Formats: sequence, C-alpha cells, structure tokens
Amino acid sequence: MSSARRPEHIAPPDIFYNEEEARKYTQNTRIMEIQSEMATRCIELLEIPDEESRLILDIGCGSGLSGECLDDDGHTWVGMDISQSMLSVALEREVEGDLLLADMGEGLPFRAGTFDYAISVSALQWLCNKDKTVHNPIQRLIRFFTSLYAVLNTGGRAVFQFYPADENQKSLIMAQATRAGFNGGVLIDFPESKKKMKLYLVLTVGSTVSHSMPDALSDAPASTVSYAKRQSNHQRNKNDLRNRTAPKFSREWILEKKERRRRQGKNVRSDTKYTARKRADRF
Amino acid sequence: MKLFTHNMLTSKMIKNVKVGYPLKLNAAEVKVTPSEFRSTYVSRMLPKIDWGVLYEATQSIGHAEAIPSSISDDYEKNEDFLRKAHHALFEIEVINGEMICPETGRKFPIKDGIPNMLVNEDEVN
Repeated sequence: MSSARRPEHIAPPDIFYNEEEARKYTQNTRIMEIQSEMATRCIELLEIPDEESRLILDIGCGSGLSGECLDDDGHTWVGMDISQSMLSVALEREVEGDLLLADMGEGLPFRAGTFDYAISVSALQWLCNKDKTVHNPIQRLIRFFTSLYAVLNTGGRAVFQFYPADENQKSLIMAQATRAGFNGGVLIDFPESKKKMKLYLVLTVGSTVSHSMPDALSDAPASTVSYAKRQSNHQRNKNDLRNRTAPKFSREWILEKKERRRRQGKNVRSDTKYTARKRADRF
Repeated sequence: MKLFTHNMLTSKMIKNVKVGYPLKLNAAEVKVTPSEFRSTYVSRMLPKIDWGVLYEATQSIGHAEAIPSSISDDYEKNEDFLRKAHHALFEIEVINGEMICPETGRKFPIKDGIPNMLVNEDEVN
C-alpha cells in the first residue's frame, strides 16, 4: 500500500471513520469479507484450548464484523472503538457484544483480570499516529500495552492483525509490548505475496515456559497447509457449542443463525424458500 | 450497556485515580432484553463478578428485586440462582444515563446503550 493511501495518514480514526466510511463496513462485501477473514484468523491464533465459550475483548471493534465471528464460535465479547459512527453501525446491526466508546491509547478502562483473550483487527497501527499535538505515540503504546497486560488473565493471549507503515513502526510496537511484560512476536501470513501478506502480533501473558509461536500460513510450496485447508480443518475439528458443521454463509448456517437469534428474542424474518438463496448475477 | 460490563469498568486510566471502582451508576432509561441462558457459562463467569457491586447496581437502577444481596454458596447447582444472575448480568441494559468516577467525580455519559469512556489526553497518566 502506498503511503498516500494509508488511512492513518488521512485523518485521526475518530474523524476518518465517519458515517460514510462506516457505511462501507456494511455495504462493501469485499471489505466485509477481508475483515471477517482476518478476524477468523485472529481467533484461530488465540488457540483457545477447549471448546468452552470465553469472554473476549475486541479492540477497535468497529461495526462488529469481528464480533460476529466471535459469536459464531460461541464466545461473549465486549467491543471498544473510538469512532462513534462505526459504533452506530454496530448498533444498527444489533451485534451481541456490549460496546464502549473509548480510546485504546488512553489505557483500557477495565478491572484487572477481566478478559481471557483479546483480538484486534486493523487498529493497532493507529496508535503510532500523532493526531493531536498532545499525543505521544510511545506513551500511548506503552499505556495501551500495560493496561492490556493487566486486564488479561494469566495464560491469556492477545492477537492483533495490523498494518505497520514500515519496519521501524513494527519494532517500535514490539518493543513497547515487551516493555509491558508480554511475550510473543509477529507472525507473517503469506510472506511471499505482497498483496496477500498479513501481519499478526501474537502476545501472551505470563508464560514462563518457552512459548512457541503458531505457524504462519503460506502459499509457497512445501510449506504449511494452506489457509483454506486449515480453515476447513479448523471448522471440522471444532466441536463447538452448537455442533456447527455447516459452512459459513450456507443455507444451514443462515438458518442456524436465525434460529439462534430467535431464541434470543430478536425480531427475525421467517424462513422461506428464498432464505439464503443466491441472487441472480446482474447483467 | 449490560450490568456485567458495568461490573468490569473502572476509571483508573484517569490521573491520580487509585482504584476507580465501582463507578456510580445513574440510569435515565433501562431496558430488559431476554437472552439465551447457559448455566455453565454463567457459573464460570460468577467468580469474576463483584457481587456487591452488581447488587448495588440493580438497586440503583430500579431493579431491586432482581438478585439476592449475597451470592449463594452452591450456585453451580442452584439453577434458580443462576437464572437470576443471568438476568441481572446479561439482560438488564442501561440505555441512557451516566457513570461517575468514585474518586474524581468525572462523569461518563451513556447514550444509546454505549458508555463514552473517552477522556482528554491531559486527564490520563
């Protein structure tokens, strides 16, 4: 991505994610698909040991796309975001999680040991900005990581998908996380492809045992299993709360989701032969 | 904002605030939304909950009868108790109101169910 196109260079997050920008996160299927793919990968990298549902913090939850991935796995979540417009979209979408308007750079407003895990999709690089004259990126990073370390339980883990502007920014972020007490490192999926490459910062709390990083994904030959394969393995292995076997966005999956929302007392359209039917291609 | 979230929130990011807990809760509008009850989930959540703070919160927003004042010892087996706890934690929502930092008196408004925890850069450590 050329530096001119980086949203962090255009405006501060609370300004950049205005109503128009927030709207894209409900209407642009391409954006939605990428976001939920990255969220799913973050959840996978949490390596949650059993199939029990957990309490997860979503930092920079936006319109709740990542939250929906957490719902699908049966977890409970609390989401925070600095953009009122994005949160309004999340409200409209009637997401399951509780929402907060908060700035990660000011420190997290929670009691110690509240969360088992945390995820964050495309938010961390915003902390490196100096959007206001009073902002000090290093201070904001250390404040954030220190408070995150406190709100996670021992053995907890946080996974951030992020877009560092350059190597310096990456090592700056990593250094502050280490200073706050975290173990971990940066995992690079698809390093061979500039377009597909995704960076994940994986941080763990209090593991004195030498901790091993999860495997990165790659399309390069003779490497680990591909993303799609791993995804399907992941789904198959998962004996989750509702024994979900239906692939995402299939008719069964949609029916299950509607049923779940009915149980929660939500207003849900009745199932018909049109439910989940694919629209005809335009033109 | 669900009462469960209120139970977790502090104002300790503010400069010179030592504990910042519990935040005093004033509600102008409260809504009850039924949600799915999972007994194992509620009983796993309870050790994290400050029951006194939850009780106080139900009192202050007009749901005084929602839960007993002290936590039941055998809650894992007591479904009636778990259902009450579930109701208080996950079904009662504050839609409009405010939370107040116990040490500085700083107010955090709640609008459309979303607490605004933003503070100015000069208010934090």
